[in-house]
Amino acid sequence: MTDASAQFESRLSACPACDAAPLAGRLAQAGPAARGDIVLSLPTAHCAVCISDVERALTAVPGVRDARVNLTLRRVTIDAEGLTAPDLIPVLDRIGYEAHELDPGALSATAADRHGRDLLMRIGVSGFAMMNIMILSVAVWSGADDSTRDLFHWISGAIALPTVAFAGQPFFSSALRALRAGRLGMDVPISLALILASAISVYETFHGGRHAYFDAAAMLCFFLLIGRYLDYRTRAVARSAAEELTALEVPRAIRLTDGAEQTVPVAELRPDDLILVRPGGRIPADGVVTAGASEIDRSLLTGESVPVAAHPGQPLSAGEVNLTGPLTLRVTAAGQDSSLARLTALVAAAETARGHYTSLADRASRFYAPVVHTVALLSFLGWLWATRDVRVSLNVAAAVLIITCPCALGLAVPAVITAASGRLFRAGLLIKDGTALERLAEVDTVVFDKTGTLTMGTPRVDNPDALDGDARAVALALAAGSSHPLSRALAGTLADTAPAALDDLREVPGYGIEGRWQGQLVRLGRADWIGAEGDAPGAASWLRIGERVQRIDFTDSLRPGAEECAAQMQAMGLRVMILSGDGAGAVADIAARLGIVEWRAGVTPQDKAAVIAELAAEGRRVLMVGDGLNDTAALSAAHASISPASALDAARVASDMVLMGAGLAPVADAVGVARASVRRIRENFGVSVSYNILAVPIAIAGFATPLIAALAMSASSICVTLNALRLR
Amino acid sequence: MEVLAFLIPVSLLLGALGLVAFLWALRNRQYDDPKGDAERILSDEWDDQPKP
Repeated sequence: MTDASAQFESRLSACPACDAAPLAGRLAQAGPAARGDIVLSLPTAHCAVCISDVERALTAVPGVRDARVNLTLRRVTIDAEGLTAPDLIPVLDRIGYEAHELDPGALSATAADRHGRDLLMRIGVSGFAMMNIMILSVAVWSGADDSTRDLFHWISGAIALPTVAFAGQPFFSSALRALRAGRLGMDVPISLALILASAISVYETFHGGRHAYFDAAAMLCFFLLIGRYLDYRTRAVARSAAEELTALEVPRAIRLTDGAEQTVPVAELRPDDLILVRPGGRIPADGVVTAGASEIDRSLLTGESVPVAAHPGQPLSAGEVNLTGPLTLRVTAAGQDSSLARLTALVAAAETARGHYTSLADRASRFYAPVVHTVALLSFLGWLWATRDVRVSLNVAAAVLIITCPCALGLAVPAVITAASGRLFRAGLLIKDGTALERLAEVDTVVFDKTGTLTMGTPRVDNPDALDGDARAVALALAAGSSHPLSRALAGTLADTAPAALDDLREVPGYGIEGRWQGQLVRLGRADWIGAEGDAPGAASWLRIGERVQRIDFTDSLRPGAEECAAQMQAMGLRVMILSGDGAGAVADIAARLGIVEWRAGVTPQDKAAVIAELAAEGRRVLMVGDGLNDTAALSAAHASISPASALDAARVASDMVLMGAGLAPVADAVGVARASVRRIRENFGVSVSYNILAVPIAIAGFATPLIAALAMSASSICVTLNALRLR
Repeated sequence: MEVLAFLIPVSLLLGALGLVAFLWALRNRQYDDPKGDAERILSDEWDDQPKP
């Protein structure tokens, strides 16, 4: 593992609880943006037209000095004076590009870039050295001898030694760390081979020997660094996008001090503080309503799709969304005591239960390193016993180490993972964890959350035809006056009718909207307020015109691609089930539409994690797909997990993969790609092993020349890379 | 074989030139957005003169 990967692990997976709790003081790092730079994420940009569209639209805005799209990261950096992201997002929205504001302070792109450039520089230096030494080596191989050969060896050595010292540093430092920790990683045999090859070659050159392995040392560095870089690059792209997701939400609260509003970081809230939550805002801490009435969307916490009413005296939990009216809350628990933090503690527990997954590469290197060392040592001892010649024996041992050095093995996994994650990234799926693909390939059961995952979390009117002409006009006029999700959906459906002229239009937070139409009282809202029989199984709203009461039903619209995804997964032989915190009616409806037989409704967050654990105990490997806080524990307990980009950051942090687009179709593809890539990784291991079986006996027998080593090394590396590229 | 005295330094110099060019490109952030650069060549904006 390199430095970068170690940092990555500790940032993302080692402590999801820290990342998951938005209260923990992330704000401390989020400094002000440098020189008016705005960074926006562009999840849908993918081609040349997108680049010029976005750049042209942005530079046309007065005040924008420069806009530059980075397609690799799917980001645009805008240099603008006196403008903020909310001014520019609508500009992109108008030309059809989804854009999200990113907090530049939370993006540590520069540090990551530096490491990538550092690796690239080492690749460049070792590539230069390799090619120049190879020119001289070819001359030696084709028959240069005596002083010419010695001269060429000296020049090669003069190039190779500084190169190995510089380009080999990532391997040396990582080998040293491994040794200090008492382990034998892949880097120990690599470092040993580099050092031994250089040392033997210097000795041979001094004594006018026939073989020098300077070219092999430089080539080893070159190929292995390429593997390292691919590995790093996959992680860097995933990490920057993951950072993007956490940079999307800046946790702040509005605190009321003696009636004055003050915006403070959520981490600074204390119990008994009074906070104001505006309509559309997320409740930042647990509290009791002291003033105001509204409706609360708890779908991210519990999976319920029907909003509940909030009145003074009612306790609310952090993470719920306030829908209609402003609410004043007295904080009862903030930070570590809040229900949000309790849920994240659940996540941490589930995370430790999952334990450490040993990747194929780790397993291979755990087996590989001792074998290589033993073989090299045995051939040294064997030759020493047979010839009593330390120089010959050391030469053979060095040849064995160089031949067995895991060039192909070092490329086998990164090349496949890079090709596979590139393909999934283009499909809109982001891999956050290096071993995620391998785990995904083993999955045999898929568990879906309903609200926000299989559905969009946005309601749709079921029975628009039940309303006649006047009722439509009145309903539209009423609905247009509210920002409640049901009202917005109704207004959207009825957009083609002309609204009726209403007087005295007012919203009664927590109940609905009322007005006067041709002298009659008209209302749109909750059943008990309208005066209707209020036992609705799903989401519904009532319309009252005078004495006439009509019911309008809503269902959650399916996420695009959900049907195909469910069908495709079942066709692949996966067991598909739905676990939802919502009511039985709504879940049964969605399950029927998707053709999913197994479902459970009214499941608590703890139950979800317990179901996953039960399935795991039955020997099943579960893929969990979910978006809410109530799914977070289940996401971390599952063998592999995916969450949509619209999910809460806690859920995204807990999952291995994030779905960037709105469609669900890539999820089923991902399982197929993951299985294909694990097949490729195994094939690549097969190539490396069979190459070793062929080449090692030659080396042990003492017939290995630098020419054979160079041919074998490059041939196997190229084979492995080409095999990986078949995935694209 | 005296020609080697010229040819070897020349070949090393050419290689070093390539290396310097690579390091220059690296430091000038030419490798920051390979995908974007591959696509930008297809756009006919700024074909007549470089972007100011």
